[in-house]
Amino acid sequence: MMIELLIALCLLGAFAVFVLPDEYAPKAAFGISLVPLALSLYMYLTFDGTGNALLGGDIAFESQYQWLTLGSYEVSWFMGLDGISMPLVVLATLLTTLAILASWTPINMRQSQFYGLMLFMEASLVGVFGALDFLIWFVFWEAVLVPMYFLIGIWGGARRKYAAIKFFVYTNIASIVMFVGFFGLVFGLGDSISSLALPEIAQALRTDGALGSLGAFGADRLALLAFVAMFIGFAVKVPIVPFHTWLPDAHVEAPTPASVMLAGVLLKMGTYALLRFNFTMLPSIARDLAVPIAVLGVVSILYGAMLALAQSDLKRIVAYSSVSSMGYVTLGLVAYTMYGTGGATFQMVSHGLISGLLFACVGVIYNTTHTRMVGDMSGLADKMPVTAGAFVAGAFAYMGLPLMAGFAAEFFVFVGSFDAHFAYSALLTALAMFGIVIVAGYLLWSMQRTLFGPFRSETDYEVTTASLHDVVPLLVLIVFIIALGTFPYDLAFERVLDATEPILETTAASFGGGL
Amino acid sequence: MVEPAWAATAPVLVLVATALALFLVDSIDPESNRPRLLSGVAFVGALAAMGVSLVYLLTGVGVEPISLYGGQLVVDQMALFFQVIVTSVTAVVVLGSHDYLDSHAYQAEYYTLIMLAVTGMAVMAAAGSLAVAFIALELASLPSYALVAFMKQNKGSVEAGLKYFLIGALSSAVFAFGISLVYAATGTLMLDGIAEELTQGTELPGVLGVGLLMIIGGFAYKTASVPFHFWAPEAYEGAPAPVSAFISSASKAAGFALAFRVLVVAFPIASSGVQNALDWTVVVTILAVATMTLGNFAAATQENVKRMLAYSSIGHAGYVLIALAALTGTGDQSLILGAGMIHLLVYGFMNTGAFLFVALAEHWDVGRTFQDYRGLAEQAPFVSVAMTVFMFSLAGLPVGAGFLSKYYLFAGAVSGGLWWLALVGAVNSALSLFYYSRVVKALWIDEPDEPHVIESYPSALYGAVIVAAVVTVGLLPGLVLFDNVAFDAAAVLFG
Repeated sequence: MMIELLIALCLLGAFAVFVLPDEYAPKAAFGISLVPLALSLYMYLTFDGTGNALLGGDIAFESQYQWLTLGSYEVSWFMGLDGISMPLVVLATLLTTLAILASWTPINMRQSQFYGLMLFMEASLVGVFGALDFLIWFVFWEAVLVPMYFLIGIWGGARRKYAAIKFFVYTNIASIVMFVGFFGLVFGLGDSISSLALPEIAQALRTDGALGSLGAFGADRLALLAFVAMFIGFAVKVPIVPFHTWLPDAHVEAPTPASVMLAGVLLKMGTYALLRFNFTMLPSIARDLAVPIAVLGVVSILYGAMLALAQSDLKRIVAYSSVSSMGYVTLGLVAYTMYGTGGATFQMVSHGLISGLLFACVGVIYNTTHTRMVGDMSGLADKMPVTAGAFVAGAFAYMGLPLMAGFAAEFFVFVGSFDAHFAYSALLTALAMFGIVIVAGYLLWSMQRTLFGPFRSETDYEVTTASLHDVVPLLVLIVFIIALGTFPYDLAFERVLDATEPILETTAASFGGGL
Repeated sequence: MVEPAWAATAPVLVLVATALALFLVDSIDPESNRPRLLSGVAFVGALAAMGVSLVYLLTGVGVEPISLYGGQLVVDQMALFFQVIVTSVTAVVVLGSHDYLDSHAYQAEYYTLIMLAVTGMAVMAAAGSLAVAFIALELASLPSYALVAFMKQNKGSVEAGLKYFLIGALSSAVFAFGISLVYAATGTLMLDGIAEELTQGTELPGVLGVGLLMIIGGFAYKTASVPFHFWAPEAYEGAPAPVSAFISSASKAAGFALAFRVLVVAFPIASSGVQNALDWTVVVTILAVATMTLGNFAAATQENVKRMLAYSSIGHAGYVLIALAALTGTGDQSLILGAGMIHLLVYGFMNTGAFLFVALAEHWDVGRTFQDYRGLAEQAPFVSVAMTVFMFSLAGLPVGAGFLSKYYLFAGAVSGGLWWLALVGAVNSALSLFYYSRVVKALWIDEPDEPHVIESYPSALYGAVIVAAVVTVGLLPGLVLFDNVAFDAAAVLFG
């Protein structure tokens, strides 16, 4: 019942904050959000799941109640966590709390609505990572869109309405494409399954001959089409080039706390779903399409990084860098090696923390200088040393400085994808590694211009020291990033591997090699 | 079972009694307007009728169909299911009308007309012969014409009433002519009698086919489906908003109840007589595609919220038609038809709620266009949340039960072998998010030109909107209580 409790706390908190008067909302929301955070940390410490939840592993915090029957398919409230989803739940609750704290300064209108939506989004995110039944999962998956639509649309920048509608319609259409693909599989499986529970479907799809034909499509064609439909649906969320065009608009227009959530957690929904659906359920199709997918991943890494290099707005730089970093996740997933899938999952958490940190830093800089343009400021380190330090730490983590989470994650991914069984894996990995050079380029460039040198600000605002509640989230994130980078194995990678290895076990032989 | 057998018609009787009671109240004290008493009587009556039909439905009355008056009326689970829909919509509409009609003349007549119309709808759901079907259809329609034109000082309202009446009269004629052709081909008006005749085939397949086509035309009119939809945008826009809610939710559900029963019972698709005359699933499939697409595209181009809702209501008729189109013989028939019934149940609440929100906006004089709605959430956050729920649920996002009912419909279409129709529905549904979210955007995101001044918060209307929203959300997890009821109710029709 722990996951239900977590979701219920967030929802009740959301409602409570929504009805509170504006002046109490920020502190109340922060206080309320500490409860799910503490609960999720407690769950992480007492976590006792083993193996992959979809492939017969022991599921932690499992609960299952019969809900609906659709024809011959049962739908149940089926919740549970494994080593893949548990860290992401903690990431969601942690970033929500920090994002709420980071909202105190910039959000100064309609506060109760803002914080209510943040908590509502937290509930939906926990639901996405916790649900093990397709229909329940889809309900939460779509429910995440609603608060984000409002967060961008109401509290966003100048072109917020355009960005909000674009985000909403783009990702909703992607959801429907994915939905159609998934139901193609369900109807193709016919009597092989009796419910929409993801473990049952995953195991049926991995059984030879279970997938039948549907209409004019034979089993092979059906599986291929379903894979492509689901891949496109999730790729929009990740985002993988060329499905990324909604992201810069949404990121740049969103208020900083929403950007933190968007980059930190919402993008992970896409890669999490890719791992759960495409790469766990249809490994043989993934193997057949490995080279094109890996190429898409590498293109995302390099193209995203080069787009970031071309920007002069700090927020756009960080936004495009997300496209680049999420490319590593794609590359790791398609490698189908121990370090590849495990590293990709680790990178989801690591990127969530680091991009959250960078967006929060940009937010603090914007709050005090009222500009995000690199050319408009210089020498900020003199005026706001803590923020500047945090920004440097975040940038180095992004570049993969050892003992920080980014290094561990990218190292795992590179090791994994170098050994991958698809053609040209070494070449593609080498190209992907070149992305780190570009990352160093744009981050060093922007730090040099904004933080160092003589102080100069071309705005009318006085640059002051940031408040305590602005910098606390930055410091907390740095602590997590360093902890995860120093003890990656003990803190997370052990649990992650435990859940990702079963994905490989049944398929490793067919890929012509061991783990 | 209920004893005596006629007690099975209790929901209808309660509605008639309420209409008569309203007459009585008005006769005793005709001069003074007693809005609270009148709306109270109507509300209690509608609620009682809903309670009775719900209790009957859940206690299994009509699992074994109860045939009354020589089979003219058939009370079965399906009839009761639709009576729950129409009476619950009526209850919410009456609650919302109380404030809307504030200080308006002829309140007793208004509520009486509503009660008489809903009586007709309740009978439509239980019609056992084409004669009863026609009479019930007229009983539901005639009060509706007057209700649409109720604001007789308002030019739009009168014009809408006239348009509704003219097309209604034409459609009635078409429907009646269709009935006479079917009678010519089969020699009976009883639904099961027609089916029996058709098992031996008919000597006049052409006459039967044309008759069936004209009957489908009658249904298309009542459900506002293409090509008999032209009255709907005008009537919904011109009518008082609670009446728009009433007609677009309850009347549409009743039309579908009749269509389901007549087509499934009297013209079973497997029967050779029907196959020789007209494969109506093909006709309905074409209607479904045309209705969905036209409704959604037209809704996307509207500037007026009420008109947008009217066109979206046409689009939703198209979704429900999928349930009839998919009755091709493959797939679980009762599952497919049950999906349509569930969608109508959910739609009853979310669509009524949306129109009542429009009623609230009219009550506040904020206007009817998207532009006028800008920034309204600032003044009325709770109903705006409710409206957001209605819009997203209508669009099929899983914040309300609209997601699940659409999912049932599309899954039904796939199991009937019409996966491409499900795809058309899904694409339409995705498109609809664009125009539904415009309302949400106007309410929450856009800034008003000048701040809205809202003087009063009419409690009954406000409450009605909130109730509709709570039910819309509550049905998402709560549908588990109803889905099997709906499937079982649909199964009754297939014997």
